[in-house]
Amino acid sequence: MEPFKNFTGLLAPLDRANVDTDAIIPKQFLKSIARTGFGPYLFDELRYLDHGEPGMDCSHRPLNPEFVLNDPRYQNADILLARENFGCGSSREHAPWALADYGFRVILAPSFADIFFNNCFKNGLLPIVLAADVIDDLFGQAYGPEALRLRVDLPAQQLTLVSRGERIAFEVDPGHKDRLLKGLDDIGVTLSRADAIRAYEARRGVEAPWLFFSAS
Amino acid sequence: MGAKTLYDKLWDAHVVETDENGAALLYIDRQLVHEVTSPQAFEGLRLAGRRPWRTDSHLAVPDHNVPTRDLHEGITDPVSRIQVETLDQHCSDFGITLFRMADPRQGIVHVIGAEQGFTLPGATLVCGDSHTSTHGAFGALAFGIGTSEVEHVLATQTLIQRKSKTLLISVDGEVGPGITAKDIVLAIIGEIGTAGGTGSVIEFAGEAIRALSMEGRMTVCNMAIEAGARAGLIGVDEKTIAYLRGRPYAPSGELFERAADQWRTLVSDPGAHFDRVVRIDAACILPQVTWGTSPEMVAPVGARVPNPADQSDPVKAEGMRRALEYMGLEPGTAITEIRPDKIFIGSCTNSRIEDLRAAAAVVKGRKVAAGIQLALVVPGSGLVKAQAEAEGLDRIFVEAGFEWREPGCSMCLAMNADRLEPGERCASTSNRNFEGRQGQGGRTHLVSPAMAAAAAVTGHFIDVRQL
Ligand code: SF4
Repeated sequence: MEPFKNFTGLLAPLDRANVDTDAIIPKQFLKSIARTGFGPYLFDELRYLDHGEPGMDCSHRPLNPEFVLNDPRYQNADILLARENFGCGSSREHAPWALADYGFRVILAPSFADIFFNNCFKNGLLPIVLAADVIDDLFGQAYGPEALRLRVDLPAQQLTLVSRGERIAFEVDPGHKDRLLKGLDDIGVTLSRADAIRAYEARRGVEAPWLFFSAS
Repeated sequence: MGAKTLYDKLWDAHVVETDENGAALLYIDRQLVHEVTSPQAFEGLRLAGRRPWRTDSHLAVPDHNVPTRDLHEGITDPVSRIQVETLDQHCSDFGITLFRMADPRQGIVHVIGAEQGFTLPGATLVCGDSHTSTHGAFGALAFGIGTSEVEHVLATQTLIQRKSKTLLISVDGEVGPGITAKDIVLAIIGEIGTAGGTGSVIEFAGEAIRALSMEGRMTVCNMAIEAGARAGLIGVDEKTIAYLRGRPYAPSGELFERAADQWRTLVSDPGAHFDRVVRIDAACILPQVTWGTSPEMVAPVGARVPNPADQSDPVKAEGMRRALEYMGLEPGTAITEIRPDKIFIGSCTNSRIEDLRAAAAVVKGRKVAAGIQLALVVPGSGLVKAQAEAEGLDRIFVEAGFEWREPGCSMCLAMNADRLEPGERCASTSNRNFEGRQGQGGRTHLVSPAMAAAAAVTGHFIDVRQL
């Protein structure tokens, strides 16, 4: 994974509660064999007026003009502002895959569903829990004539509103923070223990050599 | 050290190290791979520029999407075809052994693992599929994992895990004649419920379990997951060892004997502590038929469909009402009055040679009843199919009016062309009777192979012992 770098980004407000993983990426897209390429189908049912199927070319599909990501002000957003219990429903990893593939790097919400929250870190996304009144305030500003831009500083655990210079501190689990900053996924972290795994194999290979043989 | 359970022994032998939060890095000896849950794992590996840690520890096979007839035409559904072709490509790119669709050894991932001796006692074995619990029948710690974990195993040969609780289910005494492994496990799930094993690894023990063949033990462990368990386990004995002798991936010669000596220690020590113990009297187990949309909604074949009004727990009563509505059944109906439209003998629960023999023994000299629209036999692997044909079982089925198909998951989950139409009722030897599992609106009754065969030849459920 790419290390998470500080950046200044555009915020898109998605003003609904309990957005589930089926809304983030509908089930017909689970037949796909890829973990990338879900971006065009992110929020498919909300975003387009027709029914989406895997492999469809989305550039000519009728857009739902009411949906926030179709608003010209929010094009190329990298921060998603959401309501409570974002990412509930099934454990599908396709949800963070789709959000990341679309280009989101940070999600702000008053609360997240558990599995989704953890799946985000596995896929380089930073979900941030903020107090409900802070979220409300951000929603208020995001709908102004000027789209909201935020500076995200992960080492300092701080968001800065570019227009007003106002700062918002946030919490993040130190383990998650460390993995994001170093660009380590679970696999990366485990691979840092490669010596221990090899030592285990050396020991186990003596005890049970038949577990290290291929077909005869 | 004190007395250890089999689970403790398997766990302790695989912990590479434990971190400060108590999470263990667990070494994984074997991974089975199929086409549905692996593509993103391989792609993740490629995107990160990683290679498999050990290529020899994985075995791949397509099963969920493969057609069960007209194989020479290939897969016509483009989505299914791409999944299977992608598996081929990834395996050749990463150097992983693959049994292709045309390979005589191809079959359901959980059938071929054991058949090849890829599943070994004392090993940890995973697969991106919940019914990986099947392999616990060999005294292996075997469980299903998600796509990220498939990738984690490919890249590191380990998983980050926490230890589960232990549940001992002892099936004491002998079962009556004609009672099979499927009846035992359905009766267990009926007793403890589909959440009865949640958070636990179940060890199945007792005389009735010991008396089962390896095929029967696999049937029991296969359905441990339907009881909510993380894994199922059965201690090693001489049957386990005899089954493995001479299998392609098992050790051979002097090494086999050495391994077997170690495998014999893979039992729970006398006095080992389990978090919970359930005892079941084998003599009370009757042939089972599910009547609802969860494996715990099960009754003996001689019983009647229960009445939700008799259920005191309102949540349960409501669940029963919904299930009966979906199943198109009235409370109080005798199970023997229920008439299936289709019969499915197959799936990783019941598609091994012994299952086919049991079904053929019932079918022999009889005909599929007039009301049955389709009766399918789908062997679990190409080798099972060949063995059955060598024994003439295929002719018994075909003469009776069954269709004899190519191996795969088939109507267990209806990802290929084999499926139920809305409202159709099926006597199925598979493991899940959830709404829509065998096709949208399809109604599944889970039974043993002998009971499915009996329903096929009479047109309704019947106690196979009365035939
Ligand atoms: S036979 Fe059914 S339960 Fe078994 S692996 Fe295939 S789909 Fe899953």
